[in-house]
Amino acid sequence: MSADWPILSVVIWLPIIGGLLVLGSGDRVPNVTRWLALLVSILTFVLSIPLYTGFDVSTAQMQFVENLPWIPAFDVSYHLGVDGISMPLILLTTFITILVIIAGWEVIQYKPSQYMAAFLIMEGVMVGVFAALDAMLFYVFWEAMLIPMFIIIGIWGGPRRVYATIKFFLYTFLGSVFMLVALIYMYFESGSMEILAFHDLKLNLTEQVLIFVAFLLAFAVKVPMWPVHTWLPDAHVEAPTGGSVILAAIMLKIGGYGFLRFSLPITPDASQTLDWLIIGMSLIAVVYIGFVALVQQDMKKLIAYSSIAHMGFVTLGFFIVFRILANPDVDSGAVLGVQGGMVQMVSHGFISAAMFLCVGVLYDRLHSRQIADYGGVVNVMPWFAFFMVFFAMANAGLPGTSGFVGEFMVILASFRADFWFAVLAATTLILGAAYTLWMIKRVVFGEVRSEGVAALSDINAREVVVLASLALAVLALGLWPAPLIEVMDASIGNLVQHIGVSKL
Amino acid sequence: METILLAIVLAPLTGAIIAGLFRNQIGRVGAHTVTILGVSISCVLSLYVLWQYAFDDAPVYNESVYTWMVVDGLRMEVGFLIDRLTAMMMAVVTFVSLMVHIYTIGYMAHEDGYQRFFSYIALFTFSMLMLVMSNNFLQLFFGWEAVGLVSYLLIGFYFKRESAIFANLKAFLVNRVGDFGFILGIAAVAMYLNTLDYAEAFAHAPEHADTMLNVWGDAQWSLMTVICVLLFVGAMGKSAQIPLHVWLPDSMEGPTPISALIHAATMVTAGIFMVARMSPLYEMSETALSFVMITGATTAFFMGLIGIVQNDIKRVVAYSTLSQLGYMVAALGASAYAAGLFHLMTHAFFKALLFLGAGSVIIGMHHDQDMRNMGGVRKYMPITHWMMVIGTLALIGFPGFSGFFSKDAIIEAIHHSQLFGSGYAHVLLVAGVFVTALYSFRLYFMVFRGEGPRDSHAKEHLHESPKVVTAPLMALAVPSIFIGYFTIGPVLFGDFFDGVITVAAVHDTLGEIDFHGAFGFMLHGLTGIPVYLAGAGVLVAWYIYMRRPSLALEIATRFDWIYWILDRKFGFDALYQWLFAGGSRLLGRILWQVGDRLVIDGVAVNGSACSVGWLASVMRYLQTGYLYHYAFAMIIGLLGLLSWFVIR
Repeated sequence: MSADWPILSVVIWLPIIGGLLVLGSGDRVPNVTRWLALLVSILTFVLSIPLYTGFDVSTAQMQFVENLPWIPAFDVSYHLGVDGISMPLILLTTFITILVIIAGWEVIQYKPSQYMAAFLIMEGVMVGVFAALDAMLFYVFWEAMLIPMFIIIGIWGGPRRVYATIKFFLYTFLGSVFMLVALIYMYFESGSMEILAFHDLKLNLTEQVLIFVAFLLAFAVKVPMWPVHTWLPDAHVEAPTGGSVILAAIMLKIGGYGFLRFSLPITPDASQTLDWLIIGMSLIAVVYIGFVALVQQDMKKLIAYSSIAHMGFVTLGFFIVFRILANPDVDSGAVLGVQGGMVQMVSHGFISAAMFLCVGVLYDRLHSRQIADYGGVVNVMPWFAFFMVFFAMANAGLPGTSGFVGEFMVILASFRADFWFAVLAATTLILGAAYTLWMIKRVVFGEVRSEGVAALSDINAREVVVLASLALAVLALGLWPAPLIEVMDASIGNLVQHIGVSKL
Repeated sequence: METILLAIVLAPLTGAIIAGLFRNQIGRVGAHTVTILGVSISCVLSLYVLWQYAFDDAPVYNESVYTWMVVDGLRMEVGFLIDRLTAMMMAVVTFVSLMVHIYTIGYMAHEDGYQRFFSYIALFTFSMLMLVMSNNFLQLFFGWEAVGLVSYLLIGFYFKRESAIFANLKAFLVNRVGDFGFILGIAAVAMYLNTLDYAEAFAHAPEHADTMLNVWGDAQWSLMTVICVLLFVGAMGKSAQIPLHVWLPDSMEGPTPISALIHAATMVTAGIFMVARMSPLYEMSETALSFVMITGATTAFFMGLIGIVQNDIKRVVAYSTLSQLGYMVAALGASAYAAGLFHLMTHAFFKALLFLGAGSVIIGMHHDQDMRNMGGVRKYMPITHWMMVIGTLALIGFPGFSGFFSKDAIIEAIHHSQLFGSGYAHVLLVAGVFVTALYSFRLYFMVFRGEGPRDSHAKEHLHESPKVVTAPLMALAVPSIFIGYFTIGPVLFGDFFDGVITVAAVHDTLGEIDFHGAFGFMLHGLTGIPVYLAGAGVLVAWYIYMRRPSLALEIATRFDWIYWILDRKFGFDALYQWLFAGGSRLLGRILWQVGDRLVIDGVAVNGSACSVGWLASVMRYLQTGYLYHYAFAMIIGLLGLLSWFVIR
């Protein structure tokens, strides 16, 4: 289905152009800048809603397609479109960006116009990544995404921001170079830059394995998967709150999205041959990182590690597909795993954003992220404590919140792949609760620990708006996930069917 | 019917939301009015539903409310299954909850966080109702975790107290260990039975009676055993069975009304309810039943022993709860599901009564809970005293009281069980009767008899609690005495649970008991050992704590190693603290410092950055900038190439 107007182009370019306008408006009247940025982000979100309301859930075909020649000499085109996998992620992006703009309202006093502009441009670029159907277009957006994030961490970041940005940049850049090589190779093989053409490209196992590994390097770094995860805690710790939110809520999802859009459909046989590797890395992420998160002293680091563990569920859900398809005892469950991974991505977008915003609320007041500097926050900030405990429970996967849905689906699915996968995955019930609630115990509960804590003021209306809208999203998805599932069902069903057929 | 059921669950939820979010606007009176109103609606309607099912033979109601999601052919719904089991649980939960709500007005009168408290207990009522009314595993798990959440919030109600926030974290985590097994059990059901709906699962289960599972190595496990044991691990967490019992005594950090409602009468019995609900599955695995029975009997006896050495009035009652839960679980293992549920019901009344009575004493003692400081309270709090006497007699199984019927039925059923471990269970449960009487009357004598409170200041202020506190006690005392006598016939030996609970013919332990009316059952009980053991327990307690108070100390000194073990609760807490809490922190630190910092960051990431730097620094020597170095290198190179050409 395609609309009368190019929705995807609008959702990509409106925030980018709006961002440039915000940049141009300068910092002389910061409030004009802020309102302009907010207006742009809200408008973008509103304009992205037709993607959901006008979405045809019965087909796995790309929808809202736009296709214009771009560089005809290399068959590169400006080809956009969404299916059930990318559409929810685009809405997540436009939704979270509004909250980030609001969250940076008073906190960012240093060059607010540039700060707001960076986020708006980032928004457009990220939507571009999800919407691109041309490999070169995808790659351009993919790399362009690094620049605003680099600037956000580098300018508004903490004391070790230079180390963090360089580490972040090198890590992600290293991965994407190999992806570029793979994309170019496939261009020469197929004579087309269409991602969908790559899906049907015949490749022998050696080619598939090499391409798979190239993609793996790119996507595993983004997700991030163990053992290429160590850039994330550093980046989060140094990033300003808004940067952390975008990083956790959206950027990590691009890695997961890449597995679904590239690795699995393009190299199904290599994915099947090497699934033990991804499954192993995912389970290590869940268990190993769970223990590491337990001993963190810095709240942001703790949540960063918790992100890695939760993203382990995403990759686990995606790559148990082959074992389920091969299991003679069951005739379904592969879709369940992939759907679970996708739900986990969307849910993690809400919850990790909320957790980082909660830490941001505290950091704005006391300028510390150390758990030891807090204690008894509930005494002075009861409403804040309400939200933080709520999101902590969501992070621990409490049923009724979105955090439960994806984990539950992936555990059910992994049981169909192998009993022990499910056992290891289910340890998150204990570990996730342990690291999250132990932090809550030390930060939120107890006697007021210090004078600094005693002087804290409860969240203001602006912060309530941000946290409450995330809380509603978390509850809505937790109590009634069916709408999200329906949107994704056809596309994921089609994907699973596609990867079940060998290319050899 | 659907409207009624929705009203039953949503009325308390609405109350909870209003009292929680608008606590400042509606004030204290508003908060307790709105929540009590909600729970009252729930209670009245639940009693109506119970009436429909118990007397009017209403058909089983099994409908979904809405579809949570459909994925890969697996339907996940939110819906209600109402039959006699559910109806009984609904009535018990809402009635005890209502009593506790009313009681709380008095108990919490001078405390901060009044509205928050009411919001939580109403939320608890909602969650518990969702749990018992569910018609599928998903919603069961939702209720299961939701009651855990409220329990967490309420144990940590006094959030300034370090011990309280330690206890609530511990409770949540230990429960999560149980849920870890539970969710795997659900995953197994979803995989093999390909449904999460109870009715469908039970219908498909017999097809898998012989399915074997390869869990570890070459050992073959029966699928049903695996499912049942995994689900039971969840019950062990929620219903506090050894070795996952450690959270329940600590949960006494919460306010007393909560201990009565959540940690005695309702939430902790969720495990018993769940196993009874799953009886069609459990009946297919004798291994699982044996496991259940042995776990229950072990908990019943050994946790009772700890109760003897406790000095905190609430902790004595807490260990008694553990022990009684053990009785219920053991009954389940003997396939006497009805007896387990019957004890669940009678226990809900008399244990809530005991806790609320203890709470009344605590109010009188100005929140001092140490029994050594009490004594002679009988004179100052006559109503509380008599209500506690009733509760205590019901607990120890005094003939005619409700606890007598339910406990005797359990012991009889175990006696008829042929499963592995039934002999062991029978001995422990019979011995447990003596222990129960001993710690119960120890509490009674130490608190109510003897000389007045040690502290003269406390003595002056000691007086009977207000009516809002004593009225719920009296309301609970009535079923504590009579409900056993009047319901044992239909519930245990009649058709009350027909079609609800499945018992295989070979396991029908209750069916082997000769039952000729409640009175006959009572007379038959008088010929058995348990009732005399209970009497002996009372006598021993009287002799030690009334006649020869010095004797207690002498025994403790003489058998100091026993006292040492009991006082340390068999070392579970210390072991867990050391092994799991300490061990996982140590492991986390090693993985972080060695794995992440040293190997990945140190060697791989910074190492590769360094090696690039090192390589560059070596390469630099090639570019010295001296012309003669370059000229020399060129000549050498030229020579090398030439000689290669020539030699080739």
